[in-house]
Amino acid sequence: MNQPLGDFPGGLKLRGHKKRSTQTPIRKTPLARQLILPLQQHIGAAAMPVVEVGDKVLKGQRIARADGHVSVCLHAPSSGTVVAIDEQPIPHPSGLSAPCITIETDGEDQWIERHPVENYRDISPHEIRQIIRDAGIVGLGGAGFPSFIKLNPGVHHTVETLLLNGAECEPYISCDDMLMRERADGILDGVEIMQHALRAREVILAIEDNKPLAISSMKLALAARPHLSETRIVVIPTRYPTGGEKQIIQVVTGKEVPSNGLPIDIGIVSHNMGTAYAVGRAINHGEPLISRIVTVTGTDVTHAGNFETLFGTPISELLAFAETRREPDEPFILGGPMMGFNLSGDNLPVTKTANCILVGVDDAAEKTEALPCIRCGDCASVCPASLLPQQLYWHSRAKDFDQTRDYNLFDCIECGCCDYVCPSKIPLVSYFRFAKTEIMNQERERKKSDLARERFETRQARMEREQREKEERQRQRKAALAASKAKKEKEAAADTTAADDKEN
Amino acid sequence: MLTAIIALTLLALILGLLLGFASVKFKVEGDPIVEQIDKLLPQTQCGQCSFAGCRPYAEAIAAGEVDINRCPPGGESTIQALADLLDVEPKPLDEECGIEKPKMLAVIDEERCIGCTLCIQACPVDAILGAAKHMHTVIADECTGCELCVEPCPVDCIDMVEMAQNPNTWRWPDPSHLQLERGGQA
Repeated sequence: MNQPLGDFPGGLKLRGHKKRSTQTPIRKTPLARQLILPLQQHIGAAAMPVVEVGDKVLKGQRIARADGHVSVCLHAPSSGTVVAIDEQPIPHPSGLSAPCITIETDGEDQWIERHPVENYRDISPHEIRQIIRDAGIVGLGGAGFPSFIKLNPGVHHTVETLLLNGAECEPYISCDDMLMRERADGILDGVEIMQHALRAREVILAIEDNKPLAISSMKLALAARPHLSETRIVVIPTRYPTGGEKQIIQVVTGKEVPSNGLPIDIGIVSHNMGTAYAVGRAINHGEPLISRIVTVTGTDVTHAGNFETLFGTPISELLAFAETRREPDEPFILGGPMMGFNLSGDNLPVTKTANCILVGVDDAAEKTEALPCIRCGDCASVCPASLLPQQLYWHSRAKDFDQTRDYNLFDCIECGCCDYVCPSKIPLVSYFRFAKTEIMNQERERKKSDLARERFETRQARMEREQREKEERQRQRKAALAASKAKKEKEAAADTTAADDKEN
Repeated sequence: MLTAIIALTLLALILGLLLGFASVKFKVEGDPIVEQIDKLLPQTQCGQCSFAGCRPYAEAIAAGEVDINRCPPGGESTIQALADLLDVEPKPLDEECGIEKPKMLAVIDEERCIGCTLCIQACPVDAILGAAKHMHTVIADECTGCELCVEPCPVDCIDMVEMAQNPNTWRWPDPSHLQLERGGQA
């Protein structure tokens, strides 16, 4: 039963463009002089620095701790000195800055003492999650959600299937492909640990059929582990966006993740291949997540390929190593051509979620003015989430955000299929992103105003109470005064009568 | 004849009981429209509408005493939301009350603060922390930017600054605007 069981609606057949970056093995990017590490490279709360400027740090040393539940730690990717903890430009579509720790490397690349786990079966799933959290591991597919949370099914769920996502459906990107080709054993190490942590019944490694070398390498590695009887490889057809979490689940298992639901609701947990590899390194070798494989490719790159790059390495240095025909400060794409975003600025660092840097795209669509929507419906037929992009577009444009929610805007995965097919070249996804962030902003403001109302009312109540208490005290004081006055008068009266009596 | 009378009486009794039960069970507390209006107001409690806080203004709107365009912090979007709720025509913001400004945050220049507590007393949401003769500071997350603390400060050490965007609160730009701009340039 190594056939996919289902399919998802819509989607596109795109040219892969992956050959350019898969001709050479994974290379290590040279150590940069400065490493810039944003405190937030994951979904959730930013990490809290635990080092100070001037501190000497070793490779793999924790430099920031997780703050709150949805957060992970951050580690020094190489040995050196902390030279700054301040705001630096980060690779984000806004082009804004965020708090970063900057390390000046000393070139010695000296490791801190590592504590590998002898046998992962001897430790509990809870301990495994703790190690993974402390190792700063997040989903390396692109979103950067803390992995330890996804390895915790909770008491109400049992995990039927652990799905390893090796689809890598977006054109140009090949970092998972190369990882599977070269480090299949390392991936399986992580997969075993993940299965143990989740107590998953079966494991499926899903790989798109345009990666025959990766498939054979994984098959070979799997054959060497006969104890993994419940692990199998499912080859899935190449179609964009098969790599989307909900889409790949639908393709492999035939089950659909409910809207507003999570895969765990239908007994499935999915992780990226790169994440599995990182988990294996963390448990079996005691190495935190300090580097990742980044695809550098595009028409303007001379030596395209995959590069194992330390986090914090300036993207400009990585591009220089791969040799590009890019002018300084010329924009490039972070991510793939479909879902990535344009960035410019040479000093932006490589982060945990940076899977691909694309400089120059083949047959790039010319930037043209968007024409009016002709209601052809092509966007709806390619939407993998079965949404109505046209309706969403009208309502987003009219800023009618309640309506966009009714049309399930938040089920949109921003895959860009609708943009791709739109004959009027309407930037649909830009509208959806705009509407999403506007709605999230409204939500934030509503929360803030609710809080302000609560605080205002509490203050109001407190002031009233204070007023009442003051009045009460005044009344009591007056009463006491009156009482003592009356008493004195009485005494005085008694005195006079006594005196009178004496006189008489 | 008699059966008809009995049947109707019974019916009336049953329905009466049902209605009585419903009126107790589903009793509406307070005036829901005031609540709804209050929910739409930004809760800065700044008093620019000439009422002592958002709720009194909501009550006045509900009573039909004032217009819906007297809330500068809420601005255009609040007026639109109120107009939708009350099914009236939206109006431009009443400039007597003030103008729509970006979200502001009060910042105390801690060097100059003399610890007089006047701003603490003025803050409607208890967002200023400090004690007599000790330095005060603003809890940035709680500040609504109402500016009520600026006036009472005797040493003028409170500044209103525009709230800085960070990558988590950043919003994607409106593509239709981008197109207009590009069209304008061309």
